Amino acid sequence: MRLAKELNIAILDSNPALKLTVHFNKDGVPHPRVSTVTPATISFFKEVGAWEYVEKQRHAYFNQMQVWDYSGLGYTRYHSRDVGKDYLGCVVENKLLCDSLLSRLQNLDFKKTIHTCRLISMEFPSQGDPTTTDTEQAHMMSGSPGVVPSGNTVEQIRHGSSIKLVLSDGSSLFAKLVVGADGAKSLVREMAGLTTTSWNYPQNAVICTVEHSVENNCAWQRFLPSGPIALLPIGDKFSNIVWTMSPEEASIHKSMSRDDFVKAVNYALDYGYGSHPQSKFINGFMHRISSISGQNMASMEEHFQLPPKVTDLVSERMTFPLSLRHAREYVSKRVVLIGDAAHAVHPLAGQGVNLGFSDAAALAKVIDQGLLVGYDIGEVSLLKKYEKERKIANMTMMGILELFQKAYSVDLGPLNVLRAAAFHGAQFIAPLKRNIVSYAMGDQKWPLFT
Amino acid sequence: MTGASLRLCRSLLQRCPCLRGTNPNCLTPALTSSIMTRSLSDSAAPPAAIQNPEAVTKQSVSQGYGGIADTPRLRSSLNDTEVAKFAAIAETWWDFEGPFKPLHLMNPTRVSFIRSALCRYFRRDPYSSRPFEGLKIIDVGCGGGILCEPLARMGACVTGIDVVEKNINVAQVHAGLDPLTSSIEYICMTAEQLVRSNRKFDAVLALEVIEHVVDPSDFVESLSALVAPGGSTVISTINRSLRAYAAAIVAAEYLLNWLPRGTHQWSKFLTPEELVLILQRASILVEEMAGFVYNPLTGEWSLSDDTSVNFIAFGTKEIPPTM
Repeated sequence: MRLAKELNIAILDSNPALKLTVHFNKDGVPHPRVSTVTPATISFFKEVGAWEYVEKQRHAYFNQMQVWDYSGLGYTRYHSRDVGKDYLGCVVENKLLCDSLLSRLQNLDFKKTIHTCRLISMEFPSQGDPTTTDTEQAHMMSGSPGVVPSGNTVEQIRHGSSIKLVLSDGSSLFAKLVVGADGAKSLVREMAGLTTTSWNYPQNAVICTVEHSVENNCAWQRFLPSGPIALLPIGDKFSNIVWTMSPEEASIHKSMSRDDFVKAVNYALDYGYGSHPQSKFINGFMHRISSISGQNMASMEEHFQLPPKVTDLVSERMTFPLSLRHAREYVSKRVVLIGDAAHAVHPLAGQGVNLGFSDAAALAKVIDQGLLVGYDIGEVSLLKKYEKERKIANMTMMGILELFQKAYSVDLGPLNVLRAAAFHGAQFIAPLKRNIVSYAMGDQKWPLFT
Repeated sequence: MTGASLRLCRSLLQRCPCLRGTNPNCLTPALTSSIMTRSLSDSAAPPAAIQNPEAVTKQSVSQGYGGIADTPRLRSSLNDTEVAKFAAIAETWWDFEGPFKPLHLMNPTRVSFIRSALCRYFRRDPYSSRPFEGLKIIDVGCGGGILCEPLARMGACVTGIDVVEKNINVAQVHAGLDPLTSSIEYICMTAEQLVRSNRKFDAVLALEVIEHVVDPSDFVESLSALVAPGGSTVISTINRSLRAYAAAIVAAEYLLNWLPRGTHQWSKFLTPEELVLILQRASILVEEMAGFVYNPLTGEWSLSDDTSVNFIAFGTKEIPPTM
C-alpha cells in the first residue's frame, strides 16, 4: 500500500465528531449501535494500524456461538476451536471503530483534509465543458465506519477530467476519484446515477444494551416466528440485543416499560414461543453420524445452553426498518461505491459492515496496483477490477442471508423440520461446519467447495 | 501502433501494387472521394524542418502527412484506405470498450515490464510513486498516447511521436485533461527525422511498431541513434511463429475482430533471436526479454517466459569508452 501515500485525500463527512480531538471515553454504558467484526476485518484493521486503538477501549472477543430456533427441534453450537482459531469475532461499538480509524489517520502523514460539511452536488466531466449537476441534496456518512478517500488535485488549472464537488460551505473540490462510502441512502450513488435493486423486509430491528449479573462470552441467536433475536457480548457484563420483529411489534417493544422489556427479552431467549431443543435423544443418534464424517469437534459434544438472564436495560431502544439494497453497478466514470452504499443486508448474520471493510480492502489494493502501472485512478477499467472481485462475493453472501431470512419467515410444520435437519447438519457434519464457520469469519472466500 | 500500420501499408503498396485490390471492406464511394482529396493535399505538403522540435510541435501538427514526404524509404503511395480507416477511428483511442480495447487490456502488462526493467537499470526504487523522475523517454509510434500517459504519471519527461496527425491531436487533447500528463510532448514525425535533430533520450520505446516498418534494421538504427549513451531501449513485437500466426492473425484479425484485417503480415514478424541480432548490430545489448500471454478466461494479459506470440525486449546502449 505504499504507492497510495502520494495521493491527496479529502474526507467529506458532516458528522461533527470528526472535528473532535478528544476521543472515545471508556466509561459509561455501551452505545447500542455495535458491530460484530470478523477476524478478516480485524486483520484489515491491524494492517491499517487502527486495531490497537480498539483494544485500548471496551471490546469483546467471543469464541462461542449458539444458534437455535423456537421449534425446539435443533440447535447449533460453534466454537472457534472448530477451525483452530482463538476467536470467532469481536463485538465493538461503532463509535469506537470510527474513532480508532480517525486516531490512526491523524497519526499518519499523508496529504489528507477533512471537510465536515455536506456534499451539495457533483459535476461530472464530459468531453467539453462540465455538465449541469444532477441533484442537490446533503449527504451524511451513516452507521458504517470508514474513511472516504478521494484523489484531490488542488491546482485550479486543468480539471477537464476531474469531478467537481460542491460543498455546503461554499468550497469546491476537484477529484479524480470519488469513493461513495456514505451508507445505504448514498447521495454519491444517486448523483452518479447508479441504480439499485431493493426491497424492504417486513421487519424492523430493535437494538439496545442490556446488563447481566454474570459475564457473557458467547454470541447467542434464536430464530423466533417473527424474526431472530441476537444477544452479543460487548464486555463488562453488558450485551447488545438486536431483535428483529414486525414493525408493529417493534413500536410496542420500543415503548413498553423497561421491566416489561427485560421480561420480554428473557422470555424470547428462554421458553418463549417454543421449547428448548431436546439435546438427549438426538445427540446420541447424531454422534454416530459425526464420527463417520470426520473428527469430532468440541462443539459437537456441547449441550444446549441457556443464555445468561438479562437483569436490566441500560440504554435507549432504537428501531430501524430493515431492507435489502444492492447497486446494479458499483462503478461509473470516476465514481466507486463501497460498503452499504453498494449493498445493504439483513443484520441476521452480522455480516454487513464486514462486507464493507472487505470492499475497502479490495479497493485499496486495486488502486495501489493501478498506481504501480501509472493508471489514472478514476479509470473505469481499473475500478471494474474491484467490482469484479467484490460483486460476486457480496452477492453470494446476500443470497445466503436472503435464503435464511426467507426460510425463517414461514411457520409451517414440514419447513420447521427441514430447518431442524439443517441445524443438525450444521452441528454434526464436520466439513460443513468448518466451511460455515470459516466463511462467516471471513477466512474463506466461498461458502463451499473451496 | 496505428502509425506503424500505416507505414506497413504504404510500403506494401509501394512494393506490390496488386495488393491494392485485395483489401476487403474498403472502398465505399464516400471513402474514395475523401481519399482523392487527401492524396492530393499530401503530395503538396513540404517536409518539416526539425531544428527546434518544440516549435515544430505546433507546426507539424497542422501539416498533415507532410512529415513523411522526405523519407524515401518509408514513403510510398499511401494505402489511403488504411489511413482513412485508422483516421476514422482515431477518436476512439481512449474509448476503453472501443476498437482499441485489446491494446488497453495489454497496456498495464507492458507498463509493468518497462517499470521493472527501467527501475532496475537506472537504480530507481520500484515502489516509489514517481520512479522515473528526471528520465527522458520517447515513445515511437505513440498512437493516442496510451503508453505515454502512464509513464508521465510515473514522473518521466515523455515525448511521443507518430506519423498520423490525428493520433497526435487526440493524444494531445487527452493528455491535457490531467495535470499529471499535460507535460507530454507530442510531435507528428518519424524517428528518422527526429534523429536529425540530435536529440537523445534515456529510454527509447517502440512497442508494436517494428513489425510494420519496411526495413527493421534501418528502423533500429534510428532508434539506437536516439538513445543517449548509457541509455536503454524497449521494443515489443510479435514472434514469427506458427502460434503467433494462429493467435495474432487468424484469431485476432479474423475470428475475434480485435484488429483490422491486414494490420499484420506474418512475414514481417521477427523472432526473438533476429531482434537481438538486429539490435546488436546497432550497438544495443538485449538484457531482458519476456513474453505476454493472454488468458481468455480471465481476459487478462500477464508477463511470462513464453515468447512464442508477443514478446518484449529491453536493451541497453553501452557508454562509449572515453579515450
